[in-house]
Amino acid sequence: MLDVQQVSVHYGAFQALHEVSLQVPAGKVVSLVGANGAGKTTLINTISGLLKPSGGAIFFEGQDLTRLSGHQVAGLGLAQIPEGRKIFPEMTVYENLLMGGYSAQARKLRSQTLEEVYTLFPRLRDRHKQLARTLSGGEQQMLVIGRALMMRPKLMMFDEPSLGLAPLMVKAVFEVVVQLKARGMTILLVEQNVRQSLRVADYAYVLESGQIVLEGESRAVLENEHTRRAFLGL
Amino acid sequence: MTFSPELIAQSIITGIMIGGVFALISVGLSLIWGVMRIINFAHGEFLMVAMYIAYFLVARGGWDPYATLLVTTPALFLLGALIFRGTIRPILGHPSMNQIMLTVGLSLILQNLALVFFKADVLTTRTEYTRMILSIGPVIIRVPQLIAFIGSALTAFLLYWYLQRTDTGRAIRAAAQNKQAATLMGVDVQRIYLLAFGIGSATLGVAASLMISFYYTSPTVGLFFGLIAYVVVVLGGLGNFLGTLVAGLIIGLTESVGAAILPGSLSRVLTFALFILVLLFRPQGLFGGKRA
Repeated sequence: MLDVQQVSVHYGAFQALHEVSLQVPAGKVVSLVGANGAGKTTLINTISGLLKPSGGAIFFEGQDLTRLSGHQVAGLGLAQIPEGRKIFPEMTVYENLLMGGYSAQARKLRSQTLEEVYTLFPRLRDRHKQLARTLSGGEQQMLVIGRALMMRPKLMMFDEPSLGLAPLMVKAVFEVVVQLKARGMTILLVEQNVRQSLRVADYAYVLESGQIVLEGESRAVLENEHTRRAFLGL
Repeated sequence: MTFSPELIAQSIITGIMIGGVFALISVGLSLIWGVMRIINFAHGEFLMVAMYIAYFLVARGGWDPYATLLVTTPALFLLGALIFRGTIRPILGHPSMNQIMLTVGLSLILQNLALVFFKADVLTTRTEYTRMILSIGPVIIRVPQLIAFIGSALTAFLLYWYLQRTDTGRAIRAAAQNKQAATLMGVDVQRIYLLAFGIGSATLGVAASLMISFYYTSPTVGLFFGLIAYVVVVLGGLGNFLGTLVAGLIIGLTESVGAAILPGSLSRVLTFALFILVLLFRPQGLFGGKRA
């Protein structure tokens, strides 16, 4: 469904990504792991059209994304759950969710999707009139995931969803990913939490200093000598 | 010194009426700041342009002053959108000093263009509304001021409703609060900026048509209203819509009551003293700053 082909990204003279290739097949959970600064967020923002690649191509359902801008990519059904819970702080929970259903296709089914999101996250229904900035960190993460679901996405890209959350909330976030996977959602999961994310993923890529150094079935990556040493401290 | 209660009552009424117009002139400036963090120092000059349009339609075209709304509002939207597209968009995200230079430069260009085309004459219209008054006891209400107040309140309410209740209005607020997240929702942030700048300018078209029956036009009329708008926006809390409306009334009252109890043009001193006090002791404004 998503096909990243030899994508390079530069920030001025600095090359953040070196010919990165990655595939996310429909209905699968693919994990992208790597240390802080490896280029994970850069890759995800490039797929989302927020950054322009200096080389390579990105195809989503056969369509070339490289020339599209961020809002056009979103309109195709490609949702990013950004790092650091980028809510609309001065809007209510309800308004944040409505913004998720902003694009033309999502708007038609907005009230129906809203019910589904409220069913998945009852806490959001309880707090729908509250300003988003008054929510706890975990609730804000749920809101950002719910807001992305309002887009009726075909592919969801999670950027460090467990970052900065209490252990119980981390568990809840991964449970949501498992639930979405069970419903057939296609997911690209970017995580520093290697063990947890490889447990839910089907396939994994390891990114180091802007290059893919390892890829394979999640279990194989998890058992790989290099991964164990580099990320799991074993 | 003693002040008659009638005089005070009269100045309070006048202050509220004018304050409503100040509020309308200021919400556009506040909206533009809230959405894209640009202070448009040519805001007053945009109003001046709108007042000339309204003036010529009334004085030369024989239009009803309030019918000029139909021209001034879209004309100012267009002016704002064009100036945004041509000059402001390229410097978004640049150091704020550059942005200040640019909009101050725009204000000087517009003032001087007006001087070239319309000379320095102070132009006033005399319409059927100009002399209409309502008397309530000892207090006199000038009908054009009352209409301006009601029109301003309606326009501000309409704009508030648009920002709060429509999808595009929500997208404007979303882009103000988190540009990247808004893009990820499918919002074309560049288009939203253009729209917000156009709307922020269009409010000045409304204000000009509401004022043309009782206020003069000249190339420098924008200086006064521009200054008032900055004071109101800072007092209300930068980007805070409702705060701006309340601050508009406060400044209207300060100007009007000040003029009644202080000699000469000392009321202006009062307004700016208030401004400096706010900057010193409550720089976030009376009601706190917000992102749209």
